[in-house]
Amino acid sequence: MIEFRTVRKQYDDGTVAVQELSLTVPAGTITVLVGPSGCGKTTLLRMVNRMVEPSSGAVLLDGKEIRDSDPAELRRGIGYVIQQAGLFPHRTVRDNVATVPLLFGTSRRKARRDAEELLERVGLSRELGKRYPGQLSGGQQQRVGVARALAADPPVLLMDEPFSAVDPVVRAGLQQELLRLQEELGKTVLFVTHDVDEAVQLGERVAVLRQGGELAQYAAPAELLARPADDFVASFVGKDRGYRGLSFVDSSGLEPGPVDTVHIGDTSADVPSRAGWVLALDAQDRPRGWLPPGSTVRGRLTEDQLVAVGSLHTLGCPLREALDAALSSPTGRGAVVDADGVFQGVITAGQVLELIENRRHPALTEGAVQCSRD
Amino acid sequence: MAAADPLGTRREGGEPVLITEILAWLLDPGNWSGPDGILRQTLLHLFYCVLAVTSAVLLAVPAGLYIGHTGRGAVFVVGFGNALRALPTLGLVTLLTLVFRGRVALVALTVLAIPAVLSGTYAGIRAVPAHVVDAAKGMGMTSRQRLWKVELPNALPLLMGGVRNAMLQVMATVMVAAYVGLGGLGQILLTGQRINDYERMAGAAILIALLAVLVDLVLAGVTRLVTPRGVFLTARSGTTSRRRR
Repeated sequence: MIEFRTVRKQYDDGTVAVQELSLTVPAGTITVLVGPSGCGKTTLLRMVNRMVEPSSGAVLLDGKEIRDSDPAELRRGIGYVIQQAGLFPHRTVRDNVATVPLLFGTSRRKARRDAEELLERVGLSRELGKRYPGQLSGGQQQRVGVARALAADPPVLLMDEPFSAVDPVVRAGLQQELLRLQEELGKTVLFVTHDVDEAVQLGERVAVLRQGGELAQYAAPAELLARPADDFVASFVGKDRGYRGLSFVDSSGLEPGPVDTVHIGDTSADVPSRAGWVLALDAQDRPRGWLPPGSTVRGRLTEDQLVAVGSLHTLGCPLREALDAALSSPTGRGAVVDADGVFQGVITAGQVLELIENRRHPALTEGAVQCSRD
Repeated sequence: MAAADPLGTRREGGEPVLITEILAWLLDPGNWSGPDGILRQTLLHLFYCVLAVTSAVLLAVPAGLYIGHTGRGAVFVVGFGNALRALPTLGLVTLLTLVFRGRVALVALTVLAIPAVLSGTYAGIRAVPAHVVDAAKGMGMTSRQRLWKVELPNALPLLMGGVRNAMLQVMATVMVAAYVGLGGLGQILLTGQRINDYERMAGAAILIALLAVLVDLVLAGVTRLVTPRGVFLTARSGTTSRRRR
């Protein structure tokens, strides 16, 4: 557990980065600090490993004032991940990961072996361990950064905009990976970002800070989107917060309906010309695309005759995904699949909205919705 | 004139010195041996250079590491470096040789080598990306561990660049040792001038130039050897741009 007790940070030039702020980060959860630039979120994070000393107030780690511990020793017990990864260019990936164990005096051999295991844990191959950071992509570097922070198995992890410098696709992958790791490891994670989407996706609790380092709201993400404390929070979490709030509403009760389907590779005899859209599946019954009404197939049905299927909704995932599947489909009907990607049926935006209307009372279900993808 | 004498240069009287004559002087075994021979003077030449640069490294590298690591005294590096560079080299060396007689005059060469080594070391440390140093600190490295385990290895290419610069400057100036009677290849050149032996002068000049190129190549090799592989790869691919933030 991390406790900030009326911490304040004022720099020598008079700038106040953090304004008498109190906050408790519960153990074993991901807590996100989010806010516009200059809101003191990074300053606050860096107080935990004494990279920044508060001007007044105290930071407690598991009830102990961190001021009383030696900074270097304290830091070795706290994982630290930063935006640029900060890998050491002169050391192999493996030795980068082994940094803290080596500082603790673990033998080089054991530290390296453990490092290779950790690489696999964060979704990289062992072979990458012998490479140098300069030979990795940005996303890979970030994974190594996470592995390095986890190497000495610290109970607390500080992450300062770790995924901001990578492209959106890679970022989404890293976010999923972090959630998966957290399920396994149950660390106390303090995560800084300026991206509200990232905050509500990752955080079990989200602290919104405003310029000048004041705490505007500290709540669960669903609560934050449904009931912003004031205008600042409302505008910061964005115009489409109603839509994004659907990320926290589960889709149970949504009944996928039937639709005509064909398979890739079917001959013209199996695919008679039809009046409506037909969904084409592959050999494993995974949706591949829509065949437009009235199309005639000569020879065998191939993928290039199809219109893209749109986003898929996986059973059990939040309503936001269901609505998006319906909206992004060229037919207005979103394809629903199970965890293995096997086609289950289709849903319409109307069905999703009806479900929301029926659920108006009681209010939106709170808390993260568990969902598994293949 | 030039068309009639494509390979040679001319003596005062207009009589050409052909490359073949210079080669003949260089290849004459008689010129290589003896106390004033090429071999001994070359070794002496080299010895003065290495001595001057080594002393400069011993003095300037620790200072550069300290200033780069702590950020204290950076103004001194810039000011001191520029001031020394602005001094006319020959003037400085002549002054110091007048003040200090004999071998102490070699101090002048060391003074000459210091700015390049100092600024190379300082620049090397400062060029280590800020996020790398921040990560090192955040992982719990002490100030000393950061310097030795992270900053120094990554500073090596620029540090060695400073050493190479210093060596070139010293090699270009070491001939003044001959002025104060300490020998070196400059001695052969000066003797040649005194007795109007142009083959000797040209030969010595070629040897001085060759030696400078050779020593620089050796230092380039040393740089490759001491630079950690990862740093070398990063510098070449340029994937980790410096201070991107």
